[in-house]
Amino acid sequence: MPMTDKALFKEKFIKGILVSFALSSLFFLFLIFIFIFIEGLPLFHKIGLKNIIFGFKWAPTKGSFGIFPMIVSSFFVTFGALIVGAPLGLSCAIYLSEYSGKKMKMFLKPALELLAGIPSVVYGFLGVIYIVPIVRDCLGGPGFSLLSASIILGIMILPTIISISFDALMGVPKTYREGSYAMGATKWQTIFRIVIPSASSGILASFILGMGRAIGETMAVIMIAGNALKIPTSILDPLRTLTGNIALELAYATGDHRLGLFSTGVVLLVIIMILNYIANFSIKRKIIK
Amino acid sequence: MDVKIRIENLRLFYGMSEILKGITIDVYTSMITGFMGPAGSGKSSLISIINRMIDFEEGIRIEGNVHMDGSNILDGTIDQISLRRRVGTVFAVPIPLPRSVYENIAYGPRLQGIRERSRLNTIVEESLKKAFLWDEVKDRLHTSALKLSGGQQQRLCLARTLATKPEVILLDEPCSGLDPISTAKIEEALSELKKEFTIILVSNNTKQIARITDFAAFFYMGQLIEYGSTEKLFTNPSEKKTEDYIQGKFG
Amino acid sequence: MRINPRITDKLARIVLNTQAFFTVGILVIIILIIILKGAPHINLEFILSAPEDMGRHGGIFFTIIGTVFLVFLSILLATPLGVGTAIFLTEYTKESRFTKIIRFGVESLAGIPSILYGLFGFIFFVIKLRMGWSLLAGVLTMAIMILPTIIRTSEEAIKAVPRNLRIVSYSLSATKWETVTRVVLPSAAPGILTGIMLSIGRAVGETAAIIFTMGSSLRLPMSLMDSGRTMAVHFYILAREGISMEKAYATALILVLSILFINIIAYYIMNRVIAKYS
Ligand SMILES: Nc1ncnc2c1ncn2[C@@H]1O[C@H](COP(=O)(O)OP(=O)(O)O)[C@@H](O)[C@H]1O
Ligand SMILES: [Mg+2]
Repeated sequence: MPMTDKALFKEKFIKGILVSFALSSLFFLFLIFIFIFIEGLPLFHKIGLKNIIFGFKWAPTKGSFGIFPMIVSSFFVTFGALIVGAPLGLSCAIYLSEYSGKKMKMFLKPALELLAGIPSVVYGFLGVIYIVPIVRDCLGGPGFSLLSASIILGIMILPTIISISFDALMGVPKTYREGSYAMGATKWQTIFRIVIPSASSGILASFILGMGRAIGETMAVIMIAGNALKIPTSILDPLRTLTGNIALELAYATGDHRLGLFSTGVVLLVIIMILNYIANFSIKRKIIK
Repeated sequence: MDVKIRIENLRLFYGMSEILKGITIDVYTSMITGFMGPAGSGKSSLISIINRMIDFEEGIRIEGNVHMDGSNILDGTIDQISLRRRVGTVFAVPIPLPRSVYENIAYGPRLQGIRERSRLNTIVEESLKKAFLWDEVKDRLHTSALKLSGGQQQRLCLARTLATKPEVILLDEPCSGLDPISTAKIEEALSELKKEFTIILVSNNTKQIARITDFAAFFYMGQLIEYGSTEKLFTNPSEKKTEDYIQGKFG
Repeated sequence: MRINPRITDKLARIVLNTQAFFTVGILVIIILIIILKGAPHINLEFILSAPEDMGRHGGIFFTIIGTVFLVFLSILLATPLGVGTAIFLTEYTKESRFTKIIRFGVESLAGIPSILYGLFGFIFFVIKLRMGWSLLAGVLTMAIMILPTIIRTSEEAIKAVPRNLRIVSYSLSATKWETVTRVVLPSAAPGILTGIMLSIGRAVGETAAIIFTMGSSLRLPMSLMDSGRTMAVHFYILAREGISMEKAYATALILVLSILFINIIAYYIMNRVIAKYS
């Protein structure tokens, strides 16, 4: 009694549908790449890779498409965010995994999720109202600056850094800690010499993923960064990121101008893929270890 | 006595190692056949060939024949789904589905396309009665099955298998985790059930095998050492190994 | 000279505690500001009346409707696709090069920033497929954007379902699909739902991908081809163009409250399901 043809057909049919669903993600990824590249690459051909990536002047209506200042600015903001967010986030994760009680964990985890859920425009708005004036009044400059953007982005990447570092720290076997205590180490020595090194690749991954979020952040950045078209020379200077460039001009750009925004997108996409690759790599290493 | 399942020279390989080494055995209709033997002797593997659950394992190879009512169930064209409708299984640990008592029992019948509430009600009640569980759960059919005690859960699993109306029931050490009272209830149920079903009971408990089975087989390291009527095996075994095992010298 | 390890230990504890409480303090301050500044301007009229004069007066009703349409439709598209993918990856195939490639695709999608989704949605749906700035373009872009979240959370939820339950289902003569729909998915439902809730939260708060696909028309979208404005986009325009600080704060509060509400519902559902079966 072989399986009835109808039942067999049904199972095959279902599997076929599920395969096509699974392939859809790849298909969408493909579409995104293709369409951003199709629009973005011609200008590289026309203007020259060097003149775009290392060009200093962005005047798309006059034929200048240099985005070097934006690339630099994107990295500045990203590292700025990391300088603000990484120590705070890592400390918080260490506190959560090593010091806090169960109740505190139960409260903080959902609180962090909420923090992660607040829309980026709201962060940007609060930055404009509270951070920008403080920076302007206390330190000078326009207030819309690398510093303000770094502070806000640093706060925005906290949940990413905390939750992934926390998982990495919790993944360190209890026996490691016990062994260290048995040798007379204090709690901090144990954390510093045993726990953090054992969790290091997970912690690194959290930083890289935090960077990924910071470099891709758009709306908050255009609200507080000032969007000036030059390489900032101090942390109090305004700056424009790659994401900001796209968001600020896409709505009205036409012709080569629009293509220039897609070229910006190509550069951003490539940077993001490299970051993702590195993050995946360090997470994988953690698992193998 | 009709032969329900005829196993001929059955070999099972996990990768390179031979787990069953040429088993030949006849299982008779409406009898309880006991499989006993120390852990690792291949009893569970044999069971999982009969219900073809072995198909979920990777890297196996099977040789030989297993006929049920004359048709070969190892045939590549056999439909495991309808085979498992005819061969029900109760596992060592009770595994209730995370649903109500009622829905656990109705799971199999629903798969068979039975929808009418009245029919399902009847099946649920009958099955629970046959598993000697009805009186204990009739007032809480719609509470979670996970709230039952271990012994009740195992009888629920038996009832759930009965509800699919199988011809053969395989029980793989069903009482291994149970207290004596629950064990007694399951034994009582099985003794009643053999009128309707062909039963294979795997057990490490030789006393249990002696108490309720009609035929008994002793396995050792993938080999069938001895097979015969339970009475013969326990009073006058032909093999020294069987005698040692029954007397509790190993295993 | 060596510093006494006991003192370092105390110091470390103090520094870590301070930083942790500082972080929590930031959260509390953010929430407090939004509540204190927003609450005075929120009333039923604000929620239920149409915006007037670019949002300077009136309420945010149309943007609430716009948000609900966008979120509901994109979830409706992404959920079957995402859960289906997760089912395929966990139940219908073994780990292989093929699944690795699919996982790579999902991870990559998850890492793409929303402005690039906006860029893609703009060129593909709005321009090439000639949808114009429309609810449809927004929904399709958003659905792709939340797909990886739904896939990953569903996959984890499905993997957490004990293998034993599947074995039992098969032993009771279920087919694979019957096992998936009757045993695996119900058990995984709370986890899948949490993923959906996360995605809803993301869709509610998204701006960059939406403003260039769905547009920002303040009219009520009457069809899929109409442009519309979500709460988040409305808030962005209010704040960025300095139209009205009061309305901006009030909108921010509604935004945060909806996300809080979504989180609470997720927890509630999860706890109820857990309580029912344990
Ligand atoms: N999945 C598997 N892979 C490899 N070997 C297995 C597997 N399952 C069982 N075995 C081996 O098969 C032998 C018989 O096991 P089993 O059938 O469970 O015996 P019993 O039920 O009599 O204790 C054992 O030696 C066991 O190690
Ligand atoms: Mg066994």
